[in-house]
Amino acid sequence: MKTNGLLHRSAVAVVVAGLAFSAAACSSSGGGSSSGDGGKAGDAGAPLDPATKVTITADCQPPTTKPAERKQWDDDIAAFNKIYPNVTIKATDGSPCEEPAKFTAQLAGKTQPDLFYAYFTDTNQILDAGGAQDISAYVNEKTVPALKDIDPSVLGTLKDADGKLYGLPVTNYKMGLIYNRKLFVQAGLDPDKPPTTWAEIREDAKKIAALGNGVNGYGDYSATNQGGWHFTAELYGLGGKMLSDDGKKVAFNSAEGKQVLQNLYDMRWTDNTMGATQGLKWPDLMTQTSTDKLGMYVGAPDDITYMVQTLKGNYEDYGMGPMPGGKSALLGGDGRFFKKGSTPDQIKAGVAWVNFKYLTMGKGQFDYSRNKTDGLPVGIPQPSFFGGASLAADNTAKAASATVPVKNYAPYVSTPVPGKTEPANAQQLYKVLDAAVSAVLTDKNADIAKLLTDAESQANQVLSSLQ
Amino acid sequence: MAGTISPYKTNRRSAPAGSGSAGRGAGGRERSGLGQKVRRNLSAHGFLFGALVCFGFFTWYPMVREVIMSFQKTKRGKTTWVGFDNLERIFDDPDFWHAWRNTFLFTLLALVLGFALPFFVAVLLNELRHAKAYLRILVYLPVMMPPVAAVLLFKYFYNPDYGLFNDILRTLHLPTSAWLNSPDTAMVSVVIAATWMNMGGATLIYLAALQGIPGELYEAADLDGAGLLRKLWHVTIPQTRLILSLLLLLQIVATMQVFVEPFLLTGGNGPQNSTMTVVYLVYEYAFDLGGNNYGVASALGLVMLVVLAGFSALYSRLSRNSDND
Repeated sequence: MKTNGLLHRSAVAVVVAGLAFSAAACSSSGGGSSSGDGGKAGDAGAPLDPATKVTITADCQPPTTKPAERKQWDDDIAAFNKIYPNVTIKATDGSPCEEPAKFTAQLAGKTQPDLFYAYFTDTNQILDAGGAQDISAYVNEKTVPALKDIDPSVLGTLKDADGKLYGLPVTNYKMGLIYNRKLFVQAGLDPDKPPTTWAEIREDAKKIAALGNGVNGYGDYSATNQGGWHFTAELYGLGGKMLSDDGKKVAFNSAEGKQVLQNLYDMRWTDNTMGATQGLKWPDLMTQTSTDKLGMYVGAPDDITYMVQTLKGNYEDYGMGPMPGGKSALLGGDGRFFKKGSTPDQIKAGVAWVNFKYLTMGKGQFDYSRNKTDGLPVGIPQPSFFGGASLAADNTAKAASATVPVKNYAPYVSTPVPGKTEPANAQQLYKVLDAAVSAVLTDKNADIAKLLTDAESQANQVLSSLQ
Repeated sequence: MAGTISPYKTNRRSAPAGSGSAGRGAGGRERSGLGQKVRRNLSAHGFLFGALVCFGFFTWYPMVREVIMSFQKTKRGKTTWVGFDNLERIFDDPDFWHAWRNTFLFTLLALVLGFALPFFVAVLLNELRHAKAYLRILVYLPVMMPPVAAVLLFKYFYNPDYGLFNDILRTLHLPTSAWLNSPDTAMVSVVIAATWMNMGGATLIYLAALQGIPGELYEAADLDGAGLLRKLWHVTIPQTRLILSLLLLLQIVATMQVFVEPFLLTGGNGPQNSTMTVVYLVYEYAFDLGGNNYGVASALGLVMLVVLAGFSALYSRLSRNSDND
């Protein structure tokens, strides 16, 4: 039919045009990096000139559902603009600040803001996507006066293999044992003396689970890569390693790794202190703890804030002890990265804002008297990336304005455990380990040695494919 | 009205004045050429163009991109061609085979439950004399429920400590189950939830097909002394064969792409990866592993496409042969 012939030609033309467009799009994406490279950095080390007129976009503005934090953000912007009247920060809110799937898509589409939130473990992903600008030249003690006091291992998580810096830390945590003081008392345990070894945890968990009414002694995650994350934390606590020294092979198939899984297996199946409901993921353990159904779990200090602010628990009911084993504590956190292609003025403005809001004692997040007035918690042992004079000033200021029962965290604070950062390619390794953790919590016949050997083999395969 | 499509008008105009080529020659319409044809069907081609642009951007372009990305890798902001590296990586990943086993298991179980059950519910509804409309709504109701809400409802039902199902089992003094918390029962639990959520649509389609079967066939079967099962086998199934086979294909294609149910019920992987499906693995590669694995995810998507296309072609060939018989 003639009409069909015409249609055919039209369709062919559209398809050809589409393919040509695809090819063009593909070739443009092949280049990778966007236009800018940070511009001239001759005067990069100098602080931002207050007269500079520049606009930056930023994420992680507190949402309106957190009115106190939102108000503080607005007040801080106003105070920042008194120093830098021509800097405009166009912020978008979000809670949580990062959703991994959306973040990955943003990086791929290069639609992240100029100053963007990311976890420490995202650094590799960001660099692989060509998503961040090297800010080494812009960060010094003139632009970030507290720089010398920031824990080098924390700064290290924001650097590449060549030592180039791509972001600044905003908060961090070291994991420890979170426990429900109310259940401790009910079970006849001393709430000021939490267990510090796995043997003690097992014993205490039995007493707590004996309370009945669906109360579990100990809980752990085992889904969405969080089982692997907690395995790592528990392994670090026992002194184990995730990676070999050269980083090319995994090292978790060790005596410590076996002990981590054996502890979980024993509590789940021998002691029956972990309950039948498994496959838990964030924030299930917090939900259970805040409803007095869980005695202990491994977590970060800001879990307590979440249990109070979001789940309506009471600060009085929660305590924190050091990481079981006490050899080292998994150190994590988040920072702000600078989008690849940002201009020097945008980077300087971003550094100035992060310094003002997150890294200056007495200002922004460290304005404890304001936090107290606004009803925000003061006294939670987090962030903990400062040392030296900044740490002393922080401790003094925090103690002066404390609003939470800091004695509940004394066991955690008074037994400092060295922090240890998460391994490279953490999420890929966590995913592999999720299966092993899930197995010991759901299969009474789980073979721990085999699970670890299989996980080791699979993880090494993943690492070799990433070389 | 100018600009509107009138099939009658268009057909009359494009119809040859005489017969065959003589008519077209006599009318001299070819000489008027392309321009006249375009003008004559302008609005139709306009609509067609819109549809093609939409398909081009939202369907074909992503498909072409997926194929291209399957052979690329992005490292430190630079995208390079890597040949079959991405395919090698997925074939080397033990989760790849695990995910396919789970996907086939889900498809099999979903067909046993999700294909047969709606058919028998439809037969039952077709035989009812009373409350037919009410029961039809009841069967279709789960389809109208947002999938996330339905899945979360089942997640609550499945809770081994305080869920409804174990409460019922305890009341009946029967042994309880770990449901989603055991690698042995997790997949079956996912299938039950998925079947409950989706069977309403299939049931209504079967019902429509059943109602199209002439009553005389059943009367003739009655006269021949056929019982219920014989009527089902010799009348109902042959008469609905077309719709049954079409739905079988659609269900296989849909169930092999299962994602929402395991993602929400078990977090995707489930105990010991027992509910990890291929599409979930695609998602995990792309978004969940903290890397730029779009190439690997695309490669797996491509494998899925090839498998489903192969299956559809096989099905098409088999049904053609069966029609010829």
